[in-house]
Amino acid sequence: MITEFTPFLATVGGALIGISCALLLILYGELAGLSGLVRSALTPFKAGSFWKLSFIAGLLLAGIVVKLIAPNLLVGELNLPPWLIILTGLLVGGGTTLANGCTSGHGVCGTSRFSVRSWVATGVFMLVAVITANLVG
Amino acid sequence: MKAILSLFLGFIFGLGLILGGMTNPDKVLNFLTFGPHWDGSLIIVMAVAMAIMMLAWLWVSKNKKPLLDEKFSLSSLKTIDKKLIIGAVLFGLGWGLSGVCPGPGLVQLVSLKAEFLLFFASLIAGMWLTKKYK
Repeated sequence: MITEFTPFLATVGGALIGISCALLLILYGELAGLSGLVRSALTPFKAGSFWKLSFIAGLLLAGIVVKLIAPNLLVGELNLPPWLIILTGLLVGGGTTLANGCTSGHGVCGTSRFSVRSWVATGVFMLVAVITANLVG
Repeated sequence: MKAILSLFLGFIFGLGLILGGMTNPDKVLNFLTFGPHWDGSLIIVMAVAMAIMMLAWLWVSKNKKPLLDEKFSLSSLKTIDKKLIIGAVLFGLGWGLSGVCPGPGLVQLVSLKAEFLLFFASLIAGMWLTKKYK
């Protein structure tokens, strides 16, 4: 489906994501890598991981609040056959676990730290995603 | 205290994903696909977030510990190994096909749409299996 170029909302959105990551780092010395946070929710009773569950709850709360106040902002569909939804979910979950990070951990937090690992990971997943999307789409 | 602030920071992050358009798979796929319908919004989202984080890293380089904790809990991994590359390739495949990465996948759970619930369940299964066998 065609989507509109939304530079203003993109700037606001990027700023909110950046501020959230920056505050978590400056206040607590932790990184907001979403795949890592979700992964640690698999072992919720490990000492010191309660804040991660709380961060995840915050993300869900944002979704709920927006859905209640401005439902037209939280749109989107996943128009794929079920087997492909399962496959892509497995790939995203497995890939980010192997690479130890996703768009937030490597793409935002790592690249801005000038981490070579994160630049390599981000370059590779961006390139593969672009090639894949162009071949399929 | 940390739990309450984390809830707030997660809320801000989620709001950013939604306003930035990352939670709309079509918007992500239109960013990844070149052509007349190319939508460059997401490069702005990433660039602005990165720029703010660069300032945060600058702060980190000048301080010995975070404001409300005793030490920075940061990855000290440096090696570019097979796991990193293979993982990034697999993630790129899944992201390029679906347009959903972990954060937006989590937020879209609240839509209660079967497709997003199935995606996230599979994502968790992928994480669990990989963690177990890697």
